[in-house]
Amino acid sequence: MSQKNRLQSGGRIDRSKALTFTYNGRQYKGYQGDTIASALLANGVDIVARSFKYSRPRGIVAAGAEEPNAVLQVGATEATQVPNVRATQQELYDGLVCGATNGWPSVESDMMGLMGKVGGNMMPPGFYYKTFMYPQSMWKTYEKFIRMAAGLGRAPKEVDQDEYDAVNQHCDLMVVGAGPAGLMAALTAARSGARVIIADEQSEFGGHLLSSRERIGGKSAADWVADIVEELASYPDVLMLPRSTVNGYHDHNFLTINENRSDYKGDKAPADQVRQRMHRVRAHWVVLATGAHERPLVYGYNDVPGCMIASAVSTYINRYGVVPGNKLVLMTTNDSAYQTALDWADAGREVVAVVDTRAKAEGDLVEAVRKRGIKVITGSAVIEVSGKKRVSGVTVAAIDAKGDKVVGGAQHMSCDTVASSGGWSPVVHLSCHTGSRPVWREDIFGFVPGPTVQKQLIAGGINGTYALEKVLAEGVEAGREAATRLGLTAADVQLPNVRSLSEGKAMELYHIPHTKPTSRAPKQFVDYQNDVTAAAIELATREGFEAIEHVKRYTAMGFGTDQGKLGNINGMAITAKSVGQTIPETGTTVFRPNYTPIAFGAIAGRNCKELFEPKRFSAMHKWHEENGALYEDVGQWKRPWYFPKAGETMQQSLDRECKAVRESVGILDASTLGKIDIQGKDAREFLARVYTNAWAKLGVGKCRYGLMCKEDGMVFDDGVTSCLGENHFLMTTTTGGAAGVLEWLELYHQTEWPELEVYFTSVTDHWATMTISGPNSRKLLAELTDIDLSNDTFKFMDWREGSVAGVPARVFRISFTGELSFEVNVQANYGLHVWEKLFEHGAKYNLTPYGTETMHILRAEKGFIIAGQDTDGSVTPHDLGMSWCVADSKPFSYIGKRGMMRSDCVRKDRKQMVGLKTKDPKVVLPEGAQAVADPKQPIPMDLLGHVSSSYWSANLNRSIALGFVKGGLERMGETVYYPLADGRVIEAEICSPIFLDPKGERQNV
Amino acid sequence: MLHIYCPHCCELREEEEFHAKGQAHIARPLDPDNCTDAEWGNYVFYRKNPRGLHHEIWYHSTGCRKFFNVTRDTQTYAIKEVYKIGEQPQVVAEG
Amino acid sequence: MSETLAPEKEATVTVAVMNQLSTAKDVRAESPLHHAELDKLASRNPRAGGVSLRELKLLGHLTLRGSQQNQSFMNGCAEVLGVALPTLPLTSVEKGSVSIRWVSPDEWLVVLPADQAFEVERGLRAAIEGHYQVVNVSGGQTILELSGPNARDVLKKSTVLDVHPSQFPVGKVAGSVFAKSTALVRRSGEDTWELVVRRSFADYIWLWLQDASREYGLVIKH
Repeated sequence: MSQKNRLQSGGRIDRSKALTFTYNGRQYKGYQGDTIASALLANGVDIVARSFKYSRPRGIVAAGAEEPNAVLQVGATEATQVPNVRATQQELYDGLVCGATNGWPSVESDMMGLMGKVGGNMMPPGFYYKTFMYPQSMWKTYEKFIRMAAGLGRAPKEVDQDEYDAVNQHCDLMVVGAGPAGLMAALTAARSGARVIIADEQSEFGGHLLSSRERIGGKSAADWVADIVEELASYPDVLMLPRSTVNGYHDHNFLTINENRSDYKGDKAPADQVRQRMHRVRAHWVVLATGAHERPLVYGYNDVPGCMIASAVSTYINRYGVVPGNKLVLMTTNDSAYQTALDWADAGREVVAVVDTRAKAEGDLVEAVRKRGIKVITGSAVIEVSGKKRVSGVTVAAIDAKGDKVVGGAQHMSCDTVASSGGWSPVVHLSCHTGSRPVWREDIFGFVPGPTVQKQLIAGGINGTYALEKVLAEGVEAGREAATRLGLTAADVQLPNVRSLSEGKAMELYHIPHTKPTSRAPKQFVDYQNDVTAAAIELATREGFEAIEHVKRYTAMGFGTDQGKLGNINGMAITAKSVGQTIPETGTTVFRPNYTPIAFGAIAGRNCKELFEPKRFSAMHKWHEENGALYEDVGQWKRPWYFPKAGETMQQSLDRECKAVRESVGILDASTLGKIDIQGKDAREFLARVYTNAWAKLGVGKCRYGLMCKEDGMVFDDGVTSCLGENHFLMTTTTGGAAGVLEWLELYHQTEWPELEVYFTSVTDHWATMTISGPNSRKLLAELTDIDLSNDTFKFMDWREGSVAGVPARVFRISFTGELSFEVNVQANYGLHVWEKLFEHGAKYNLTPYGTETMHILRAEKGFIIAGQDTDGSVTPHDLGMSWCVADSKPFSYIGKRGMMRSDCVRKDRKQMVGLKTKDPKVVLPEGAQAVADPKQPIPMDLLGHVSSSYWSANLNRSIALGFVKGGLERMGETVYYPLADGRVIEAEICSPIFLDPKGERQNV
Repeated sequence: MLHIYCPHCCELREEEEFHAKGQAHIARPLDPDNCTDAEWGNYVFYRKNPRGLHHEIWYHSTGCRKFFNVTRDTQTYAIKEVYKIGEQPQVVAEG
Repeated sequence: MSETLAPEKEATVTVAVMNQLSTAKDVRAESPLHHAELDKLASRNPRAGGVSLRELKLLGHLTLRGSQQNQSFMNGCAEVLGVALPTLPLTSVEKGSVSIRWVSPDEWLVVLPADQAFEVERGLRAAIEGHYQVVNVSGGQTILELSGPNARDVLKKSTVLDVHPSQFPVGKVAGSVFAKSTALVRRSGEDTWELVVRRSFADYIWLWLQDASREYGLVIKH
């Protein structure tokens, strides 16, 4: 395949390194240093997409991030598919496979094109809203067809095998953009001794100098750039990031950079290497040197392949050695685009004419063009393009001085390329990310960054400064100012000599008039990606969408993957003109992160697969693994849920575990409970203030259950706290509440009661905790401990210190199952050892490991609550029937006391927790089911409360449940009904929540 | 992502090290039992939502585990002042 | 073994102090990364790499809480520990086998040989008057030591702290986020960093460190 548009020499490509790539199933050749776009242009590929709405053929328009059309699907295998890759930014590598993302069956012959052809005005703005709204149920069908016809790429169906990560960076100065301004800013700051990061989205530093034929300081622009890069590399505290797009600029100078580390090398990252890296940068100062994007002009059929922006044409010629056509017509409102005519002519191809919209053209570049004998037509514009799949000619007509209407006769010229320039738009996106609104500058016809609270400086094109000598000077100035603000001595940097050009005044023009009114003129595209035309914007304003944010949403202007980088300013100008306002009056939409689309992988980084969420393990986890535990996630903990034996269903396992505990002995790993060591002479007083019950008389060696409320009187955690010494307590919390309770205690201590002498330290991870529960628990433990376990000396709710299996331990005689229970605490390093010793001795008692589900069932049989399951932040201790755990006689008004006194909290008909027995004992109520008094009442029914815990109890051979019922504590024996979504109605009787051993005799043996 | 100066660690740290704990300078009534429902409701439930300066409590949860005060502009997110619990702000809203 | 008095005399006990170390012969102590079998990896995996990892396991860890204004506390700590508590934020001191990390204006972490933890705690309690807290947290955490030329790169992937030498000199200590967990980070040498991590998160951090250091090559040391 020949590269018919490739020049014999020139550019920054390496002609000795030929690369083969596949586009839409055909093989092409390119060179090292090409982008997909430059290689496609070299090969004379005109059509790279079908437009979203009208399915019109589209070609490459730009050469950078602003490209709206050449958005491709890249990837050689299913797993390496990447959608929405800008061909203008994707570097070519050998074997690259890509294709157009839309077009059905292909971009060359698209079925939907017929629709566009038939109905030029078939799809006005709001078309989808208006046409496909009804019937609503059909939208999914419509959508499928619309997306197939003109989609925007697809995600891979297989798992991405590549690795992504994130790195946290800190610097004195972050320079965004490595064009002339950015390089000078970075160099100045680096010489001043600052820690600098400079990032640029392109493969090499230099910005537009990479495609410039200017000379700087007597050197070629490329050599000048190379020297600066070399010096920057010599500073250890300068980090240079090419191929790195600064995608977001957030509060307090936090920026995110997406560094492409291997997408340019191949389909997949080399082994053990990262494909993309997110740099999370905290910078003391930021210099935005993001440059400017050239604006295309809006004219009839300006989307036909061959219509490009002028600077892109120059870039393809100078940087890639590619002339994207044979015969050029250049239309411009300013001097700078004349360089493109010179570049085209120097490449040996024909410039048919330069069409200048200004009445007079007289700058240095204009003169240079005239001297070359190129025809310059002033006071005129290209009003329409002819050609279907490639430009074949243009219609040029004289326009008035304001550019409002066509005033002269039209002439036709044949050509295959139209380059246009409507001036430049500063790239203000990053500044907008921080919430700053850009401001309009009349002198440059563009928005520049507005006032900001960030420590941000700007230099070069983003500031509307385009002349190279001034751009360089602003870069140095920004670097010096940043250095000074950082407290450094700003270094002197000599400005290099560059040629100075005289320029004629540019004309403010966005939308080229046509002989016909806009609504009847050939389509004049503003936003290529979303097929938004000048006529559509005018129609939107006529329909009353006058605010720019409304115009944007109604027409979808700027909604594409390019986010309207090319078209937004033109769209705003047309809106403004249409509603009779100035552009600053109309205002601008703002830009949000990300600047260019970013792979989800880069956002996820390493936080995926097994590292998605930390898994917290107890010291006995290895044993659980070896014994087949299934796990329940409790917070980040992996807690054994139950331990199935071969062939057992879950219910069979639970039945077995439940019975083992009540009949012999079971063991639970309770290490995950939050544990807080509390010391200080006011520890006891502090407990009295944060728990609802009394603590004054709890003696050393004793344990007590406590409830914690928030100030509103609602329960938020519970647990047993033990008195280890007069000034020493060990508090336990729920597993999920551990961190929150410690923070809660610290909050009250630090902000409300700093005078109390008390310290809190988490010992959750320090102690391994195993609960031995069941009638044989004493016998088992006695075999391993020197503690006297007799009921007379070691009473229920006592704790003792001693040795268990040769390990110093604290043993707490507390029970959550209602059985005789001992909770053994040893330093976690010994946890597994002690656990295994218990099993060595436990075999004869059928010691059975049980998990959280069995624990839940056993405690429900006893009516014990689980904070977070039976409470939800709207439940007082009284609602739980736990008034016994409230001591209002305490001298200090403890947290929750006043809240519980509110009138709403003392209502008799509050939802209160009760036991529930289904009429059919075999039926288990679903948790969450809502109680009603009369299941036959019309919907919406009057709901009385929900089921919070519900299980099959093997020990009771029936179902049991805990739930809330309005006024339930006074309604024992009454019947409530639970209508379910499947139509069934379950009948249940309100009863005491204590289903088993109401006198608590089993735990007192 | 805020950059917050911890007055106890004495350096700027990233927001993810901290927990925001809401409006500062809300003293718990000394005699809750004798508060009216309105007074108590005001203490427990009512919070300012100013456009502009806001005095907040933050907690350095992964660092020194100390609470402290931050005066933050809710419009710009600029932090105007950081001061310890028990101290009063120097930067306050006008009027 | 026990300092706690018999329950009958409980009124006289103010704080329970307990030697938590077992002296029994057949008792096995396992560090939080015991299951990773770092010793086997170390012998099997002698290749060179940019990052080295070592677990400084089964050490004694004591949390000290007290006011710098309490002279008895400051003097007592200096006397018993042989070195004064560092009062400058984010600093540490080291003397012999004892290191002390500043955690907060009123909190320090003392790391010492495990068999000294009980004696030191008793010594502190005998020497200090007034309000303070000593808590043995040895079972709840372990120390991972990262070293080598790429250790700092691995830290940058894992923590939001600024670990540049100008901002994180040798001896500095900072508690921060570490991946999705937390760590108390200390720079113990030019290229050596110590992470104090919680037991329950140790396996997660071990997986994370293997993943984050893969591109540099991870060497396990024992």
